[in-house]
Amino acid sequence: MLYYILRRILYAVPIALGVSIVCFSLVYLAPGDPLQTLLPDDTPPEAVAELKAKYGFDRPVPMQYLFWLGNVLTGDFGTSIGTGRPVIEEIGRALSNTLLLGACAVAVAFTLAIIIGGVGGYLHGKVSDKVVTSIAIFGVSVPNYWLGIILVIVFAVELNLLPAVGMGKSGSQGFGLDLESLKYLILPTITLALVPLGIIARTVRASVAEVLGHEFVQTLRAKGLSERGVLRHVVKNAAAPVLAVMGLQFGHLIGGSIVVETVFSWPGTGFLLNNAILRRDVPILQGTILVLALMFVLTNLLVDLLQTTLDPRIRRA
Amino acid sequence: MAITFTPAATRHSDRGGPAQPMLIVENLRKHFAIKADRIGQPGQTVKAVDGVSFAVAKGETLGIVGESGCGKSTLARLLMQLMGADDGSIVFDGDAVGEARGISVKELRRQMQMVFQDSYSSINPRLPIRDTISFAPIVHGMPKTQARALANQLLERVGLDPRQFGGRYPHQLSGGQRQRVNIARALALSPRLVVLDEAVSALDKSVEAQVLNLLSDLKDQLNLTYIFISHDLNVVQFIADRVLVMYLGRVMEVGPVEEIYKRPRHPYTRALLGSRLSMDPDERMATPPLSGDPPNPVNPPSGCRFRTRCPFAEDVCAGTLPSLADVGGGHQAACLMADPRSGHSRAGEFVEESLPC
Amino acid sequence: MTDSTLPLARIEIERSAAVERGYWRSVLGRLRHDPTTLVCLGLLALIVLAVVFAPLLAPHDPYATGISRRLKPIGTAGYPLGTDELGRCILSRILYGGRISLFMGTFPVAVAFVIGGALGIVAGFYGGRVNMAIMRVMDVFYAFPSVLLAVGVSGALGGGMVNGVVSLILIFIPPICRIAESSTTQVRNLDFVEAARASGAGAWPILRTHVLGNVLAPIMIYASGLVSVSIVIASGLSFLGLGVRPPEPDWGLMLSTLRPAIYVQPWVAAMPGVAIFIVSMCFNLVSDGLRSAMDVKM
Repeated sequence: MLYYILRRILYAVPIALGVSIVCFSLVYLAPGDPLQTLLPDDTPPEAVAELKAKYGFDRPVPMQYLFWLGNVLTGDFGTSIGTGRPVIEEIGRALSNTLLLGACAVAVAFTLAIIIGGVGGYLHGKVSDKVVTSIAIFGVSVPNYWLGIILVIVFAVELNLLPAVGMGKSGSQGFGLDLESLKYLILPTITLALVPLGIIARTVRASVAEVLGHEFVQTLRAKGLSERGVLRHVVKNAAAPVLAVMGLQFGHLIGGSIVVETVFSWPGTGFLLNNAILRRDVPILQGTILVLALMFVLTNLLVDLLQTTLDPRIRRA
Repeated sequence: MAITFTPAATRHSDRGGPAQPMLIVENLRKHFAIKADRIGQPGQTVKAVDGVSFAVAKGETLGIVGESGCGKSTLARLLMQLMGADDGSIVFDGDAVGEARGISVKELRRQMQMVFQDSYSSINPRLPIRDTISFAPIVHGMPKTQARALANQLLERVGLDPRQFGGRYPHQLSGGQRQRVNIARALALSPRLVVLDEAVSALDKSVEAQVLNLLSDLKDQLNLTYIFISHDLNVVQFIADRVLVMYLGRVMEVGPVEEIYKRPRHPYTRALLGSRLSMDPDERMATPPLSGDPPNPVNPPSGCRFRTRCPFAEDVCAGTLPSLADVGGGHQAACLMADPRSGHSRAGEFVEESLPC
Repeated sequence: MTDSTLPLARIEIERSAAVERGYWRSVLGRLRHDPTTLVCLGLLALIVLAVVFAPLLAPHDPYATGISRRLKPIGTAGYPLGTDELGRCILSRILYGGRISLFMGTFPVAVAFVIGGALGIVAGFYGGRVNMAIMRVMDVFYAFPSVLLAVGVSGALGGGMVNGVVSLILIFIPPICRIAESSTTQVRNLDFVEAARASGAGAWPILRTHVLGNVLAPIMIYASGLVSVSIVIASGLSFLGLGVRPPEPDWGLMLSTLRPAIYVQPWVAAMPGVAIFIVSMCFNLVSDGLRSAMDVKM
């Protein structure tokens, strides 16, 4: 077991390195000289020369990568072209907002998905089946930026119940634990949660129905085990595939946050990314994508490890 | 466009003459590595086939029997060159396989074909069966129309009406019909040697008999040589001329079919034969002749592989790996009791307990 | 005597003809009994026709602006879906915009299907080091949430429709490659591929005759499910300002430029999203229907 965990962690290292290479090469994808891409247009020549030496832009590309990697590992992601502040600071502030929104969406999506999917799978009737499948199809088909706009139209414009954009009164950037701030959280959370909700509910329904169809469940019932006891076995057996999908959906949440935060002007990483794109602020773009992708790698690692503790059959594969 | 079905021998030249065995296998070995489960622990190996030697004469049927997991199927795949052996040599009609002056693997596959066990997974579900049969001839350069005509002839030969069955897909056939298709495919290249890996094991008893009869007929008509692998002793007794008994990757005993079934010399063979069900109430046994599962091939016992389940096992059996010793009548057994100088207390003693056959 | 045997014989022939029908015929047969899929297919066909014949159907020039008729509501005479912030006809723009959306939905997936499918089949068929090399690279791209990678690549490339297509192709190759690899690995280990190898066939005939026929269906089904994803992400890129550039009538871009108008004409502003949603849902349902009709398990 320990061996497997270590191997899995070691396996994540080359993936993380690969991710960093892709992020590094984003600068080279951008048209024009990479140095120019990374600096404001009005940078004085001596500053350009200094940065050129510091980031190793006068060296061959593989060396530049190592330079860059060294800087990133020590927390130096470069400087934002738009604000002139270090990229790491900008990301840090935005990330906490994204995590707040993400955590709420995860809580809503995962809880509702397990309830809806579990009930659908447990009752395995035609109607519950159809309902869950419809929610799932709706979830995967609806563009979440449009869903956000619809929610704003209904709840902010037509009903005037909830704020349309922002994170608090008068464009405040911090989040308070009062009722007023909570209102700002509702619409973005629903928008962000809906896609994963549909997909996870479908998986939960399928795995619960599958486990219930197994012979061992019939044996348990034949042995006279109470429904609660049966349920415990079902949960244990259905958990692994559900977890796998949840891990993937976390990635969808990260991706979804980009557009959702843009729609609601929520000052998180997605909003930051969108502004970076509009201003062609490549250092922010590169840094944000690296941080978000590494978070995704880490989540997948955790999900994998959790899955193996739940289902020993996976370990061999 | 008339293609006549001539006996195999006239199509592939019989290079070695009748005295040259069709196939000689010498010391064949295949070990599989298992990845380590813990740090610091060396990886283990499964000794699937561990030093197997035998010969098959032209025109005979060699039956290979053994419990599941004894390495029968690995042996079949090694013979067909579907996996590389770790050690050992295969000589086909006097030509060493895969050596510079011997026979190439591609040519070997024209002359030696295989019928697979699982008739579901061994036929492409997306091809009409006629195309499955004509695939090999087309690969070897036969024009398409000619190959289709050949496939029709072969279908007829294995007892399936080509007009009715040629365009069907595998899922539209019964198990017995699929196995007939498998046989037709193996015959499409006019091979001289056919390896049948549990070819009738998955069939109902009545269908099994039909397919066995078909195989016997085909063998006579086409002058074929068979290697017939099975776990079913009754089937092997019916079809084989000589029998080879395998246990945990090694040959335990080999000899003519009557010798093996009437005078088995290896305790394992005796146990196998004893575990056949008998219809005679007087022959019913109180205790099963073989208890437990075969030991794990990852960690086979030292010395004789069978000693952990053998009623005659002595200390000497743990220290010596018995080799095949001649016991007369073309019969060889890998048991210390068959070797007078082995040091076993019952060595040289002819343990004859007449067995019901 | 002869009278009674004749019909019997005919029944025999008919039955064997029914049995002989191929795999694709049986798929069609199952599709015929699936009303949801049929309705969606019909709807998609209508949308494709409407988009192709947009010049005939559109009431106005999609680029014609008019200060005097800005942000008219739904149901305005001559402008059934209203007008946008520059007074352009929403219906005409949605009809023309469908061309871009359908293209952005299908083209990147088709290209990724060819590239990712080929890579995956090669990796699965050859196994070993080839597999390692291909799949480890895919793992790296798979480690990005797809929207994030699309935004990153097209953001770095600088937006525009071509760059959007490139980034969409890039994000669809890894998942298609994975499906292709796993199906090929499964098929490769089946006995009929062993049997083909035992017949002395080389890699190419085995691939063509025995592997492709068995792996293309699952890969195609999977890719068809990506079409709706592609439409949604492509419009999303335009919404973020990374895809199609103004004044092209793209659904995502229209949503984005109409966003400030939600306080004036909220339901007009939501219209382009309705189009995205309907098309995306139809593609999703058709893909699901095909999957069950083709009996592909994933």
